[in-house]
Amino acid sequence: MRLEYPKNIKIIRVPCTGKVDVMHLLRSIQKGADGVYVVGCLEGNCHYNEGNLRARERVNHVRSLLEEVGLEGDRVRMYNLSSGEGPTFAAYAREMTENILALGPNPLKKWVTRP
Amino acid sequence: MIVAKRKPFEEIKGLIKGYNKVLNVGCGTCVAVCLAGGEKEVAVLNAELDMARKLEESPIEVGALTVERQCDREYLEPLDAIVNDYEAILSMACGAGIQFVAERFPQTPVFPAVDTTFIGVNQGVGWYEERCRSCSSCVLGMTGGICPVTMCAKGLYNGPCGGTNKGNCEISKDQPCAWYLIYERLEKQGRLDSIMAFTPASKWENQVPRTVIQPGYEKSKADATP
Ligand code: SF4
Ligand code: SF4
Repeated sequence: MRLEYPKNIKIIRVPCTGKVDVMHLLRSIQKGADGVYVVGCLEGNCHYNEGNLRARERVNHVRSLLEEVGLEGDRVRMYNLSSGEGPTFAAYAREMTENILALGPNPLKKWVTRP
Repeated sequence: MIVAKRKPFEEIKGLIKGYNKVLNVGCGTCVAVCLAGGEKEVAVLNAELDMARKLEESPIEVGALTVERQCDREYLEPLDAIVNDYEAILSMACGAGIQFVAERFPQTPVFPAVDTTFIGVNQGVGWYEERCRSCSSCVLGMTGGICPVTMCAKGLYNGPCGGTNKGNCEISKDQPCAWYLIYERLEKQGRLDSIMAFTPASKWENQVPRTVIQPGYEKSKADATP
């Protein structure tokens, strides 16, 4: 499958979404990313039983932290799919990109100094 | 362990409003275990403060240092060398730790970032329940190991009161009556005579700050007293 998804998305691979920590998500936004989303296996299908459920709890927690800070919680989202669903992956990528385009750039970007 | 909850973000932000360089001190013991004020919670709070203050166009520099225990003088020593680099301190320890830091650095404003809540047990990850009010005269031996000071709405030493209702406390049908639980446990153990024994009222020593000196350790206080 040669599916197209938006080129501005940078993929970071993790062994399981359960590995994704609150600080990983928070730090991405702090460092100027416009949005972050976590793509995990379907709920009920985690090889480690609860990794994707824990990830969802953390995503929800980060969303509320961002709201507290004065940013849009919707800059962080969680999606689920099964590993065979390439087209769904591409569809989620487009959906997230549209969501972020609607929200506009991360206002923290101007504070980020790149080495 | 001592269980705490992080204060609401707005409140913390308000406490350190006007300061531009703040040191956030975490505590690696009780509040780290109950996920309120350890190294990770320091990192999360600092990231939030950094972002919020940038959005307000008044950036803040927040340092981070998590010590083993803020209620132990020896672990506070590493703060001595850096405290003067900061205008104020946030502490994520329990109230005892916060006060020990404030006492060590009386020239520096020290602010709490958590609300110290109770002495409790770990029921599951992130789930804690109160079990003891540190009344200073423990009656668990008489009550089948169930604390009436904590679990009874009236803190009765000699219960139950007239409000006990088929296992529930009169305050709510979701609240078990502590003295009913005590009765059931003592009955199972064949120790119901225990419930008939009268426990005199607590001296309520907890109305004043208490001091404990363990046997065999009298010297340290004596040495420190002029
Ligand atoms: S009686 Fe209850 S409050 Fe008092 S020391 Fe024992 S457990 Fe703690
Ligand atoms: S009903 Fe039971 S728990 Fe409630 S106040 Fe009376 S003795 Fe205490």
